[in-house]
Amino acid sequence: MKTQGKVTGIISNLVVVEVDGPVAQNEICFINLADTKLMAEVIKVIGKLAYVQVFESTRGLRVGAPVEFQGHMLEVTLGPGLLSKNYDGLQHDLDKMKGIFLQRGDYTDALDFDSEWDFTPLVEPGAQVSSADWLGEVPENWVKHKIIVPFTFTDKYTVKSIVPAGRYKVSDTIAVLLDSKGEKHNVTMYQKWPVKKAITAYKEKPRPFKILETGIRVMDTLNPIAEGGTGFIPGPFGCGKTVLQHALAKQANADMIIMAACGERANEVVEIFTEFPRLDDPRTGRKLMERTTIICNTSNMPVAAREASVYTAMTIAEYYRSMGLKVLLLADSTSRWAQALREMSNRLEELPGPDAFPMDLPAIIANFYARAGFVYLNNGSTGSVTFIGTVSPAGGNLKEPVTESTKKAARCFYALSQQRADSKRYPAIDPMDSYSKYLEYPEIQDYLNKNINHAWVDMVMKAKNIIQRGREAFEQINILGDDGVPLDYHDRYWKAEIIDFAILQQDAFDKIDCNTSLERQRYMLEKVMQVCDTNFHFDGFEQCASYYKRIINVLKQMNYSEFQSEEFYNYEKEFEAILNERRLK
Amino acid sequence: METKAFQRIYTQLTGITKATVSLRAQGVANEELAMVHGRLAQIVKIMGDLVTLQVFSGTEGIPTNAEVVFFGEPPKLKVGDDLAGRFFDAYGRPMFGDSEIEGEPREIGGPSVNPRRRKQPSELIATGIAGIDLNNTLVTGQKIPFFADPDQPFNQVMAMVALRAQADKIILGGMGLSNDDFLFFKNVFENAGALDRIISFVNTTEQPPVERLLVPDMALTAAEYFAVEKKEKVLVLLTDMTLYADALSIVSNRMDQIPSKDSMPGSLYSDLAKIYEKAVQFPDGGSITIIAVTTLSGGDITHAIPDNTGYITEGQLFLRTDSDTGKVIVDPFRSLSRLKQLVIGKKTREDHPQVMNAAVRLYADAANAKTKLENGFDLTEYDERALKFAHDYSEKLLAIDVNVEVDTMLNTAWQLFAKYFSKTEVAIKNEMVEKYWPVN
Ligand SMILES: Nc1ncnc2c1ncn2[C@@H]1O[C@H](COP(=O)(O)OP(=O)(O)O)[C@@H](O)[C@H]1O
Ligand SMILES: [Mg+2]
Repeated sequence: MKTQGKVTGIISNLVVVEVDGPVAQNEICFINLADTKLMAEVIKVIGKLAYVQVFESTRGLRVGAPVEFQGHMLEVTLGPGLLSKNYDGLQHDLDKMKGIFLQRGDYTDALDFDSEWDFTPLVEPGAQVSSADWLGEVPENWVKHKIIVPFTFTDKYTVKSIVPAGRYKVSDTIAVLLDSKGEKHNVTMYQKWPVKKAITAYKEKPRPFKILETGIRVMDTLNPIAEGGTGFIPGPFGCGKTVLQHALAKQANADMIIMAACGERANEVVEIFTEFPRLDDPRTGRKLMERTTIICNTSNMPVAAREASVYTAMTIAEYYRSMGLKVLLLADSTSRWAQALREMSNRLEELPGPDAFPMDLPAIIANFYARAGFVYLNNGSTGSVTFIGTVSPAGGNLKEPVTESTKKAARCFYALSQQRADSKRYPAIDPMDSYSKYLEYPEIQDYLNKNINHAWVDMVMKAKNIIQRGREAFEQINILGDDGVPLDYHDRYWKAEIIDFAILQQDAFDKIDCNTSLERQRYMLEKVMQVCDTNFHFDGFEQCASYYKRIINVLKQMNYSEFQSEEFYNYEKEFEAILNERRLK
Repeated sequence: METKAFQRIYTQLTGITKATVSLRAQGVANEELAMVHGRLAQIVKIMGDLVTLQVFSGTEGIPTNAEVVFFGEPPKLKVGDDLAGRFFDAYGRPMFGDSEIEGEPREIGGPSVNPRRRKQPSELIATGIAGIDLNNTLVTGQKIPFFADPDQPFNQVMAMVALRAQADKIILGGMGLSNDDFLFFKNVFENAGALDRIISFVNTTEQPPVERLLVPDMALTAAEYFAVEKKEKVLVLLTDMTLYADALSIVSNRMDQIPSKDSMPGSLYSDLAKIYEKAVQFPDGGSITIIAVTTLSGGDITHAIPDNTGYITEGQLFLRTDSDTGKVIVDPFRSLSRLKQLVIGKKTREDHPQVMNAAVRLYADAANAKTKLENGFDLTEYDERALKFAHDYSEKLLAIDVNVEVDTMLNTAWQLFAKYFSKTEVAIKNEMVEKYWPVN
């Protein structure tokens, strides 16, 4: 018997329900409002009163409205057909909804229960299996979608029977498993899982030891993110968080991209809807949309579902990870999720923490980031969830609770600088403030030195040092004037500028420059370091500036040319010629 | 809103604060309207049989035995073609003793458009102002505010933009509008012979601040009617959103909510987003474009109101007075139209993006030269030229009194480039330079 209740209080989307039976924290319930049902989640219980946050507008709701509790937490449906879908924050398929406007209670299925999939079994009757083991597979776009033992199966099982290869619907039973007590369990191609619980059905989660190529030079070269790693991008509005996330979604070397559009602009999601079905996936030549799933809770959609949206996205990511895939999860912006928590905490009249955010915000953020990771599955294959979120600090001030809490949880920090954005130095990632903790991992250093260049890490450190020294020189020049400092200061400043213009700056809207392979990044960093290692002769600072501007120009032309094309090599020759003009013997 | 037969009437208030009253009542619905002592009010909280109502015009003089009549429905606006050319108050009631309008009642503040039913905006709005069309091009379906200090002529600029925008309907949402500014809008629209395509919802400074909270929803409900049902291009003007946010904070403070930054409610972001996200382009041609005003205090954009606005809108247009020319300009550094990429060089001439960037870059060089000058350093010959360029650029292109076509703006920019700089200094792609560099 499901627990029933009646509404006794309403404050915006916080509703108080008097219940007639047991309820669980985070349990889902439906509130009846005329002939629609509003989905809600229990967030506090006092005696017979359950406080629920409603994932919809509560306009028109009255005291006394009947409520039915569901006996489970907020769940997602996992199975073939998730890829390329556009969901709302609660995993309802946006395409299946009727009408122009989102209607309350129009809850559509996450999967297509009518379509059939080409199933191939991967185990034989008699096989021993446990949670997350692969029973079979179906082709989904270009992915081999594994049909797995549901995560909720906690025992050891013997495969009693499995269907032969053929076409099946997601709800068809494809295998019967016997548990250790000999009881039968039917397995279909789909399962459900509560979003707030991490999926841990894997063998081991080692420290990440490879990098995830993004094609973005200032990330890959200076502060790489690990496959299975975590990173975040804080920045004031207009500094390029969303452009950067979209670039990552387009280019990153991942099997699958999940984008959680969390409390930001609808038009930005429409951009993805419009572009991704047209753009090519640089790795497979297929369309980008074929490896992308979008979870969309834009700023005008119900606030409580905003929090759910990032968990929905993470759970889908973990599901695909357990198929041995490399998943990149992007969330823009995690601050909106934190704000949703704040709104609710305020309505609950909880004791507020800094800036009125809930006290446990740091723990909530840390738990979420901890779900990312590189894993060895039970069968020895590997999978990963790499997570990169954006943070929108109030007033652009990084000393605010969401940024500070995230800094403790994420291993890469890509700080966008207002100053760089103002001077159109995109992507505006500050090279000095930003960091990647992975660059300090010996296993990552080995990986980079082995796969890029044997002295790669040293070269990167040196480049960072030159940027730092250039910045100091620039400050001196500003204080003392162009001719108030030795010529050497100008030289140092301009060498840093070369790294800035040729490596750090990258035009996200240029079809070639937007995406740089690791091989090309190595090539260009070596070129740039060649300039930095050369001593030149100058008569004065104006000569120094105009000479370096020429070098910058030709390096930029190289960046805009197809790698190793004739054009590229012509610019390279020009580059060598310019260097020779003033090189000190 | 006339009273109806089935309405329940109560006459015993149990509590009164500056903005709210509470009473014991049964069977009422969340967000339902009521009349309290002859004033409109809306249910904001229900706890058992204890109901709290927000009284829009304030609670001064309301006695504990005031009559409370519940309407059984949330705020609505009657929509129909009849709206065009008329002026309404914050409750959607005709002003100037005008007759009630004919139309179908619609709940205001209705649901959001399914993002899958939107279209990517791609239609340029020409304003004739180069600081906008050249550097911060606007697109239908966009939402963008003017960020301006209170002494800037933002309402004038907005009225000008509205009249030139070739919208099918212009809907003015005035919040805390001074009576002079209200009359200004009325006159400008009248003189332009545009009254028949203008609809106004106005709360003036003389009216209670909390009433303002209804204005954007009223304006946008009307906008949705014309954009969805009539497939029209609708332009919504919201001025001043800072005063709207102030009203939000008044209410939340009086409801004892914990304030967050700058004593604004913690829900400010969501509250503003709900309004601005009504901007939309539909596939069948209908659209809602929102141009708003957010007044700043002392140019501070880190204050919670402009800050949250910036995170929501698709850019911002900064007005400031250029000390060099004495003219009001659209600041090229701090202004941004996030949707300009969708149209420049595509709907406008191919050289647009490059010319725009080069001009702003050279203007930045001039700003650096100015700093040098202020710090007492010598200027190079290049610095001198950059400063002269900046003066002309500000006067001929950035100033808000410029009114020309985009092609003319581009040609003017090329002339200024050629007058003050060499081709390499301008550093635009060679093929463009060959095609557009003026020969004289
Ligand atoms: N890498 C880039 N290359 C060129 N322009 C960029 C780049 N990143 C950002 N921009 C510019 O900055 C604007 C704002 O970027 P966006 O990512 O939307 O900022 P945020 O999400 O931080 O508010 C974009 O519309 C674009 O004009
Ligand atoms: Mg953004």
